[in-house]
Amino acid sequence: MSAAAPPRRLVGTVRHGDRALQTVTLGSVVLILAMLVVLLGDVALGGARTLTWEFLTAAPRDGMTAGGVFPAIFGTVALTLLMTLAAVPAGVATAIYLTEFASTESRLARLIRVSVSNLAGVPSIVFGLFGLGFFIATVGKAIDGVAFGGQPTYGKPCLLWSSLTLAILTLPVVVVATEEAILAVPRELRDGSLALGATRMQTILRVVLPEAMGGILTGTILAVSRGAGEVAPILFTGVAYYLPYLPSHLNDPFMSLGYHVYVLATQSPDVDRTKPLLYGTALVLLILTFLLNLAAIWIRSRTRRHSRAAA
Amino acid sequence: MRARDLCVRYGQKVAIKDVDIDVHTNQVLALIGPSGCGKSTFLRSLNRMNDTVPGVSVTGHVDLDGEPIYGPNVDPVLVRRRVGMVFQRSNPFPKSIFENVAYGLRIAGMRERDVIAERVERALRHAALWDEVKDRLPESGLGLSGGQQQRLCIARALAVEPEVLLMDEPASALDPIATAKIEDLVADLRGELTIVIVTHNMQQAARVSQRTGFFYMGRLVEVGETSQVFTRPRERETEDYITGRFG
Ligand SMILES: Nc1ncnc2c1ncn2[C@@H]1O[C@H](COP(=O)(O)OP(=O)(O)OP(=O)(O)O)[C@@H](O)[C@H]1O
Ligand SMILES: [Mg+2]
Repeated sequence: MSAAAPPRRLVGTVRHGDRALQTVTLGSVVLILAMLVVLLGDVALGGARTLTWEFLTAAPRDGMTAGGVFPAIFGTVALTLLMTLAAVPAGVATAIYLTEFASTESRLARLIRVSVSNLAGVPSIVFGLFGLGFFIATVGKAIDGVAFGGQPTYGKPCLLWSSLTLAILTLPVVVVATEEAILAVPRELRDGSLALGATRMQTILRVVLPEAMGGILTGTILAVSRGAGEVAPILFTGVAYYLPYLPSHLNDPFMSLGYHVYVLATQSPDVDRTKPLLYGTALVLLILTFLLNLAAIWIRSRTRRHSRAAA
Repeated sequence: MRARDLCVRYGQKVAIKDVDIDVHTNQVLALIGPSGCGKSTFLRSLNRMNDTVPGVSVTGHVDLDGEPIYGPNVDPVLVRRRVGMVFQRSNPFPKSIFENVAYGLRIAGMRERDVIAERVERALRHAALWDEVKDRLPESGLGLSGGQQQRLCIARALAVEPEVLLMDEPASALDPIATAKIEDLVADLRGELTIVIVTHNMQQAARVSQRTGFFYMGRLVEVGETSQVFTRPRERETEDYITGRFG
């Protein structure tokens, strides 16, 4: 008993470990912040001067050593919208099935969950290859054979296949975020709705989804903003090095900001002259991503306030 | 309503067994008994809310107006439109006060705005909440106090004009004043619709109910006139419980 008794003194300290831990953790915070500041600062300072109205609205000129990035902005926005249009309904529907209809022991549900988490771990270049092999060489070819007499119309890299490839890449995140948001809806709310004679479908549409919407939107926007900057999945499936026109059909190729950065950095005949453009393009991509993330933060803070009122 | 040979199991575990009880029309039946004796389970089997819990099996018969609610081809959704329920923890939807009460009407397919408005007002008056909220109907139901939220849930249940209202410890999370309001409300509703109310508070049971049933370890030990159950219980277990010797 006496061995376990605490020392009978008050002066001094027994918390050396605490202080060391605090130093180490604070150190890593500072390190990460510093890297972030350097990275963002470099891009912002380097790109700020390039960021003119002309840069945002004109097409590249003179072998990409002058002009702007409008076609790449246009392509990225179109790609992102189409990807969202494809990924969000499918992802939300999958999550609703998993949370509301599949029992936890169901084989199918377990299979879907395993597939989703494995999908999330696949390197993005593999998605690109998959898009090439599946969408272009298989689905697109088949469409051409049936509808266009074998003329390559959809059996080639284009906006549609790139969007769908990116959609598959973002799908797991959408599913997981939606599932979490739905599971966070208190059981009492569902019970309240069911007890009033609501069907399962009415309960999901009128109570569960509105309550989960903040979480779904936040997760979805983060997933989409991640996907918007991806290059590997669109490399083989539709992105173009340079295009003299804007894409106007689903089967047109397109330019994208992420790929444009790569092109400017590696394919330019005159690296010094493209450097400001390179910085400017990276900055535009960062700003687009930032805007999406800001939207997510804004939605999250709004739903937080809303649920605090509930408590 | 009437239950015969009612048994409910959670997986292998028997929660209530062989319950026979008549719930008299337009009366208040109070259910008392120690924690875990199966009161909520019984209550939830009267509107088929147990169906929403995985692994539950129900055997026996429950009749609503002579119709078996566990009969073949019976849709639990339709049962719940006639047998409403108020829960222990108030659970207003994160919607406006008005929309909370209108919810049951809307899901039942009611469209006419003036009819809905009228039914909402009537339900809120019925639940003794109208005067407190009539100027703030578009505000969120979550902004109300705990007692008001619970009365909002009662109004929500009353709006669809159920024949039976089930209340599972509706006041157990409320302060004495809010509790008194709920009790007054139940007393006022007596004679208008059938109410089954679970309570841990014996004064409450004595105050609001005409009949009282005592559950113990999954069995309905006795049921009778409230005055009789509290003054001259037939069973020894009932007497021990109401005199505070256990539970
Ligand atoms: N979802 C469930 N799964 C498994 N067992 C359950 C479940 N719900 C209740 N039970 C069990 O069934 C028995 C009866 O529970 P019930 O909730 O009906 O009791 P109660 O009388 O309402 O108690 P309380 O007064 O604490 O509310 C308890 O032993 C409980 O553990
Ligand atoms: Mg209970």
